[in-house]
Amino acid sequence: MAAAPGGGDPFPSTYVPGETVPTAIVDATILTGTGVRIDGGTLLMRDGKVEAVMAGSAVPDGYRKVDGRGRWVTPGIIDAHSHLGIGAAPHVPSHQDVNEMTSPNTADVWAEHAVWPQDPQFRLARAAGVTSLMVLPGSANLFGGRSVTLKNIHASTVQAMKFPAAPHGLKMACGENPKTVYGGKGRGPSTRMGNIAGFRQAWIEADAYHKGWEAWEKGGKAGDPPKRDLKLETLAGVLAGGITVQNHCYRPDEMAIMIDMAREFGFRITAFHHATEAFKIVPLLVKEDICVATWAGSWGAKMESLDGIEESAPMIHAAGGCAIIHSDDGVLIQRLNQEAGVAMTAAARAGLPIAREDAIRWITANPAKAMGIADKTGTLEAGKMADVVLWSADPFSVYAHADVVWIDGAVNWDRAARNPSPASDFLLGQPGQDFIR
Amino acid sequence: MIRGILAACIVALSGQVHAETIVIEGGRVLTMGLQGEIPHGTVLISDGRIVAVGKDIAIPADARRIDATGKIVTPGLVASGTGLGLIEVRQVPATDDRGTRNELISAAFDAGFGLNPDSLLIPVARLGGITSAISVPQFRDSPGREVLFAGQAAAISLGGPAILRKRGAAMVLELGEAGAERAGGARGAALVTLRAILAEVRDYSVRRPAFDRGETAPYILSRLDMDALIPVVEGRVPLLVSVNRASDIRDVLAIAREERLKIILEGAAEGWRVAREIAAARVPVVLNPVKNVPVSFEALGATLHNAGVLARMGVTIAIQGNGPNREREMRYNAGNAAANGLGWATALAAITINPARMFGIADRVGSIEPGKDADLVIWDGDPLDTLSRPLAVFIRGEGQPMASRATELRDRYMHTIKGKDGK
Repeated sequence: MAAAPGGGDPFPSTYVPGETVPTAIVDATILTGTGVRIDGGTLLMRDGKVEAVMAGSAVPDGYRKVDGRGRWVTPGIIDAHSHLGIGAAPHVPSHQDVNEMTSPNTADVWAEHAVWPQDPQFRLARAAGVTSLMVLPGSANLFGGRSVTLKNIHASTVQAMKFPAAPHGLKMACGENPKTVYGGKGRGPSTRMGNIAGFRQAWIEADAYHKGWEAWEKGGKAGDPPKRDLKLETLAGVLAGGITVQNHCYRPDEMAIMIDMAREFGFRITAFHHATEAFKIVPLLVKEDICVATWAGSWGAKMESLDGIEESAPMIHAAGGCAIIHSDDGVLIQRLNQEAGVAMTAAARAGLPIAREDAIRWITANPAKAMGIADKTGTLEAGKMADVVLWSADPFSVYAHADVVWIDGAVNWDRAARNPSPASDFLLGQPGQDFIR
Repeated sequence: MIRGILAACIVALSGQVHAETIVIEGGRVLTMGLQGEIPHGTVLISDGRIVAVGKDIAIPADARRIDATGKIVTPGLVASGTGLGLIEVRQVPATDDRGTRNELISAAFDAGFGLNPDSLLIPVARLGGITSAISVPQFRDSPGREVLFAGQAAAISLGGPAILRKRGAAMVLELGEAGAERAGGARGAALVTLRAILAEVRDYSVRRPAFDRGETAPYILSRLDMDALIPVVEGRVPLLVSVNRASDIRDVLAIAREERLKIILEGAAEGWRVAREIAAARVPVVLNPVKNVPVSFEALGATLHNAGVLARMGVTIAIQGNGPNREREMRYNAGNAAANGLGWATALAAITINPARMFGIADRVGSIEPGKDADLVIWDGDPLDTLSRPLAVFIRGEGQPMASRATELRDRYMHTIKGKDGK
């Protein structure tokens, strides 16, 4: 967990995987998320873990067999940019917990303190194969606060959804949003200059705070510890390396400034989010090993997103970078697979063919990397969490349904069941509950 | 094959386009008209119009021949309920002409004025196979201003310098939560105001000279607004009513029946719950089938199955895209509806002939039939799927450039990827 001076996670995960039975998906087209495609392959799951992925359909005794003929298997879909739970449906004012819009620096707020587990959107995302997601504070502030990574299960508390041992992320935002919000309130930042000044001032304070704690710890914790400060604790967590940096940033000029600024203070940016113009600085982003979480279809609502293209993720991928397709939206999170299909198909038309076994990484292995959970999930490799989707058809097509979704080997969505997954408490007694989704 | 078709389009752009005779041969032609599907069909185009469609068509010697063997040919798609032509960048107000805060204008607002044929959004939508659109006014709420009507929608073409096809394609009204808010916070206020306005428009329509002499009692709306509403109360222009809750839909159906209005429902998240009543009233519905999130208390019953249920019960539906920048996703929305209970052919109709009929432009577009404008698309696969794309787009017989500002940006930076030559 993040190196909070207090130590440990004061809101620890209580996540418990569901019941599992040894399961074999047999004779399916398997995209492992490691760049491998196996036609007519078999996936074995046991005790919540991927046990084996192999060619052929020979299954040892003792497994529940799932017929995969004509169907596809992928790792569980992972959304690296979501506001589910904190921007819950229905979108009434009482549910608006995305932006703590009271100061440009709210590094002290944590998304998990606002997640409403009964947000009906969690189930909709589950129905679409989403097994893990990172819920981020919004982009109104320079420092929006800490993200939380969730297992997409039906639960009553956020702790019960928290992905065990996933790091927090610090949400930062470049560009139009913070300067517009605070310029509009008659205070800084009101320009991009003010944005960067606000960042740097905060990092100077964080650096001093971090060093103060380090000195106290190196000195055998003698005497009183430095006074705790929640904002600086988050930023110091970044400097110490335990907290990832998730940076909303559209334009390449701003990304380059952010990269230099991060170097000035000795931390790494984990991922640029939205990043519609990342395709203009692909070599820099590849060299810096910064993931790019973006869309295929969204562009142009504001000046800084005017240059969005469909082929951004494929271009980053083709250059050896870490490309991610994200949602930022309760409708799009239900078709990240299709959005990846759009990017893949557009790129092929542009002379940049990318195989399905590679494109699947944009919504599985790569978001897992950006979220700091790639050692646990995101690919179908022996020993990883059995977060798995069985698709009715080519997962990049509009016609593909997530037939079955396993989270840690437990069935959390079964399209063939009378009730594939529990409805949100909120929707009990409301119309439409006889539909699958 | 791709190269051949693209080359043909470039020729079309440089040549005597309107006088040209073009024949598209061998494709699976989904006419969306009485001829239905023609497996290896021929479409003959001359002077921007469709001249003939079928299997055995005499091909003039001078016709330019385009081989569509193994491809799918559809009518150009029709986007219903968009801002295309009226907006560039949403957060740059100077570029957004979708609505007005003018105190004197609500119903009178006309989306047919101020259209921008050079909009950057148009080529992007066209690359999604869209050749026509219904541009719909937006509400511009401001404190103290309570308007029920956003104004009149316009039908536009996505090709050529003169993009307006038709003014007054519909009058735009929102009821439900948004309408209630504008009327002072309650549905009852909105419905009472609406009835009062309709009565006043009928009164005004027969007493205009008296109004001019100042001999009528003051009306709620301005003269401009009432003039715009006369064709609505006379049932000549449809009222496009945004509404979602089942009970709100019932209320709207009742008002339309009593006032003898021609209406189109928009949104209709809970339409599936009252599908029989909508069908019985012969009221069509424009909807976005992927909007299954219960975003508000009036959409708690939102479901991916809405489109399928409505169609099964006999309601004519049109399917929308995802806003002006993302209209190209309209066909995927139709595909998603098809994957959730809507018949595939009905899904295609919902983005072609159905919206064309609803908004009164089916005499010109929406199907591949002789006499109509030659608006068509050649696809490399299923037009409703993410895995296929248009190979060629024709508007009034003219091959459209298969490029947009976005593809130019892409091509400018493609070379920066190692091993890519930028081609």
